[in-house]
Amino acid sequence: MRWIYITIGVAITGVLGFLGIREVVSDPVYFLELLLGGLTRGSIYALIALGYTMVYGIIQLINFAHGEIYMIGAMTALIVASVLGLWGWNAGVIAILAVVFAVVYSCAYGFTVEKIAYKPLRNAPRLSALISAIGMSLFLQNYVMLAQTPEFMPFRSLIPDFAFWEPYAHIMSSVELTIIVTTVIVMVLLGILIKFTRIGKAMRATAQDKVMAALLGINVNQVISTTFVVGSATAAIGGVLIACHVGQINFFIGFLAGLKAFIAAVLGGIGSIPGAVLGSLVLGISESFFTGYFWSEYEDVFAFSILVIILIFRPSGILGKHEAQKV
Amino acid sequence: MLKLKDVHTYYGNIHALKGINIEVTEGEVISLIGANGAGKSTTLMTTSGVVPAKRGSIEFKGKDITHLPADEIVKLGICQVPEGRRIFPYLTVAENLDMGAFLRNDTDQIKSDMDYVYGLFPILANRRNQAGGTLSGGEQQMLAISRALMCRPKVLLLDEPSLGLAPIIIKQIFSIIKKINEEQNTTIFIVEQNANLALKAAHRGYVMENGVITMTDTGENLLSNENIKKAYLGI
Repeated sequence: MRWIYITIGVAITGVLGFLGIREVVSDPVYFLELLLGGLTRGSIYALIALGYTMVYGIIQLINFAHGEIYMIGAMTALIVASVLGLWGWNAGVIAILAVVFAVVYSCAYGFTVEKIAYKPLRNAPRLSALISAIGMSLFLQNYVMLAQTPEFMPFRSLIPDFAFWEPYAHIMSSVELTIIVTTVIVMVLLGILIKFTRIGKAMRATAQDKVMAALLGINVNQVISTTFVVGSATAAIGGVLIACHVGQINFFIGFLAGLKAFIAAVLGGIGSIPGAVLGSLVLGISESFFTGYFWSEYEDVFAFSILVIILIFRPSGILGKHEAQKV
Repeated sequence: MLKLKDVHTYYGNIHALKGINIEVTEGEVISLIGANGAGKSTTLMTTSGVVPAKRGSIEFKGKDITHLPADEIVKLGICQVPEGRRIFPYLTVAENLDMGAFLRNDTDQIKSDMDYVYGLFPILANRRNQAGGTLSGGEQQMLAISRALMCRPKVLLLDEPSLGLAPIIIKQIFSIIKKINEEQNTTIFIVEQNANLALKAAHRGYVMENGVITMTDTGENLLSNENIKKAYLGI
């Protein structure tokens, strides 16, 4: 039986590889566009997936309300940009203020959600907190729908077309460039925060052993709150960037984006920060190729199929840690 | 210095500590001995604020700390080496020690304290860049004690430092505990099942059964007590 599988595997890989190479050779610019589009998509996933993976790493909770925080970030930016636009402010100032407001609001929401929906359930069974998270997600969606509108609203890009990027704009837009560059900067800053700062050390220690962290004088509740705030900030940045890219938003955009980022986090190994980034890029690029070369209608089916396949064959993800350790 | 007065602690409905009284004076080594499940570890966890007392009071240097959260209690200078050592498995030895000094800002002093513990346990210096989870049981115990010393504790709480270790390592660890008490004038509160070892090291001892303190005396007197000999020393 085994050789049949191997033969089938080799055959499929061969055909795909052949077709792939043929496509690349026949239209390299299209290939490059898809690759860069995938990279952009993956960057956005990464900005959201970080929040999932950090929160999971520290309290073993899948924070399903995280996609909503991202949506709130985009909404806040839209409101701020519209108001300031009416007053006729300078575009650059508007962009900066919109991002700042989006980050601050999302952080406040992330912080509050943790205090209201998860902290009281800290010692409850994990399923209770998960249900609470789903409830929080539905609540935030409907709250934004009622407070704003169920319709899609146009989002005027806050990012101008850079003059220096003009020669390459046909392959990758200025917005896409901004998304990728911003994501790289955010990742580097986050890496520094976690590896070298005092709060970063406290986060790593708390993720590994909460009781011991408390016994060394670490305020565990404060560390958990900080984790939510940091995750919310990156999600908000992702929300603003994607809104600039897509050009319209509504109250529901957080749902699918949140799920996709969750898939990315699982693909990379939930709880692992490099894993979330890697998983996001792999998911973004493979989605882009799938929609570009096969069927674009099946984009979401493809993403969820990946989730099912990982959960069957490698539940710990690409970079997931093996749970064995000496006690 | 540290006073537990009529302390009651519960785990859900289980009444784990049934009104215990313990007093530790500055500079002392105290041992608390007793069988499995007597409530020894709970006593330490209650003192550290991880499992708060339901009734009674705990005083440290005249200040009531009964209801303080764990991290506030550490700030006052009560540090614990908990049961099972609880080394951070994915942090290196040096990072584990760094976490011990989490509340301190005096970089120079931290550096010299780190040299001091590397002097106490040279093996840790050789392994400083190795992940904590890869150390042997004895090395983890050494690291756990060193990490607690990095807090500069006024009182060091040690939960079963001999658990699962080879006799030669146990001997080494107890001699270092004594050294810490004498050199640093650190007050030490040891919880142990190994009664012989613990009472020999201690100035005074307490005996615990089913959540109650049944006896207290100097270490020497307890060692020669007939009942203790029968119940805990197997003589």
